Amino acid sequence: MRWHPLEAAFWLATLLPFVLAPSYLSLASQIAITALFALSLDLILGYAGLVSLGHAAYFGVGAYAAGLLSKYLFGEPLTGLAVSGLAAGGVGYLSSHVIVRFRHLALIMLTLGFGLLLFEAANSASALTGGADGLQGVAISPLLGFKFDLYGRTAYAYSLAVLFLCFLVCRRLIHSPLGLALRGIRENALRMPAIGAPSLAHLRMAYTVAAVMAGVAGALLTQTTSTVSLEVLSFGRSADVLVILILGGAGRLYGGILGAILYMVARDQLSDMNPQYWYFWIGLLLVAVVMFLPNGILGGASALYPKRQ
Amino acid sequence: MLASVVGVLFDGLAYGMLLFLLSVGLSVTLGMMNFVNLAHCSFAMVGGYAAVWLTGRFGWPFLAALPAAFLAGAAVSLVLERTLYRRLYRASDLDQCLFTIGIVFISVAVAAYFFGTIQQSIRTPPWLEGSFGAFGLSFSAYRLFLIVASLAVAALLVWSLERTRFGARVRAAVDNQRMARGLGIDVDRAFMITFALGGGLAGLGGALAVAMVGLDHQFAFTYLVYVLIVVAVGGLGSIGGSLAAAALLGISDMAGKYYFPWLGAFVIYLVMVGLLMWRPVGLFGKR
Repeated sequence: MRWHPLEAAFWLATLLPFVLAPSYLSLASQIAITALFALSLDLILGYAGLVSLGHAAYFGVGAYAAGLLSKYLFGEPLTGLAVSGLAAGGVGYLSSHVIVRFRHLALIMLTLGFGLLLFEAANSASALTGGADGLQGVAISPLLGFKFDLYGRTAYAYSLAVLFLCFLVCRRLIHSPLGLALRGIRENALRMPAIGAPSLAHLRMAYTVAAVMAGVAGALLTQTTSTVSLEVLSFGRSADVLVILILGGAGRLYGGILGAILYMVARDQLSDMNPQYWYFWIGLLLVAVVMFLPNGILGGASALYPKRQ
Repeated sequence: MLASVVGVLFDGLAYGMLLFLLSVGLSVTLGMMNFVNLAHCSFAMVGGYAAVWLTGRFGWPFLAALPAAFLAGAAVSLVLERTLYRRLYRASDLDQCLFTIGIVFISVAVAAYFFGTIQQSIRTPPWLEGSFGAFGLSFSAYRLFLIVASLAVAALLVWSLERTRFGARVRAAVDNQRMARGLGIDVDRAFMITFALGGGLAGLGGALAVAMVGLDHQFAFTYLVYVLIVVAVGGLGSIGGSLAAAALLGISDMAGKYYFPWLGAFVIYLVMVGLLMWRPVGLFGKR
């Protein structure tokens, strides 16, 4: 798959915050983490068509794994990131055996139920996770000799590099035969097994990869902020990432990234607004997107510029 | 020991009946149109705030506020169904989910704007206050009233679904919508009426909920999960299933909170996930 010039321009532009907005690097790193989380949801929702209301479960597993690892074993970030990703992937692989068999209401309820179960489990096991107070004592060592500073320079470089690597993996996956099979399942879930494709195995694979990436995003959040709160597993986080992905455009590689940029910048600018009223606008936005822009901003944009054949 | 078991069963049953009122409308409309309406509890919130407002501001008696709450829930759901929901009947699950979550967000913000974020209270008539004794145990009068009223509503619903022409149309549409249309049944009209009735029952449930579990602006979110559990476990379009699932959920939630308070809501979610894995169409669902 060849790179479009706009893609190269976009990734070069992600370096601009280092020069143009050095005081916003912490926000930029939050955006990169959210974008990675949205990208992982895009794999299962946008490409495979599995609706999930509990994707924060894997984000939370990754976040807690990274936190506990640094507290009890070692604070080296890169190994911690890999181990946390594997932990989330393990949970994702186990749950995928159940989840990919269901559709419609049962699927929505099961993903919601798994997410709530993990939230309640983390809340109850307060001896290990700190419960509602959050995990105390997360200590991350410097990354390859660079300290995580107050300005977020290391944090942004680190998050951006991880986001870019995961993006490359996703891009490769989407344009592989597996990616084609996933889109086939999304378009017609009955026909794919009928032509001999092992649909459930494909879905399990995609689900596990998505869980690994969500876990990596969660671990990044822990390592760059040195805290873990119960919020990483909350339903609100699952709902937010869904909104972000839909706003940007599900089923498009850049949908989640664009959505994350818009959502996080808007929330930062309107941060003095009462959260209740912030959700009023989010609700209105959701209604409007579903009604008028069913494929998100990127879908609307690509409808304006028809593809040259 | 025995006293606490009976007490938990009684309170759980009352709570379950409340959940039944809140969820039965969603169960039937989901069965008919396959429309995933996550905003069902927003209708309950409309009913609850209508009852609080009418009794508090205008001094209506509690019993007169209940039908008003029903009408408020029904009116709001009817307007929304006619203007917005009907455009999305053929949309994907995801679109329906997102759209109705958007409605929930809006309703929560609107409730916070007009009524604030405090817990609302409602004045019940003296004969519903306090408790009475029987067999050496004491029962809350309001909870008994709740159980009796909900069972009466359930009986009325079952009767109208099984014995009236309208009920036959609804059952046909739930069983096979295309066939029902082919036989000349106006499914859209039947659905509109069912949807309004379901919204009204949710509104009634919301009004009855104020004195038992309270009402604040987050109500539409807090009870969404419970209502969805009742619907998913009970099976779509089944009133008996909703009744059984609601009673089961109410009693196990109360028992969990009473005997294992440190586990929180863990037990409920575990029961739901287990039941759904065992029977994805619900306990009494057909498809």
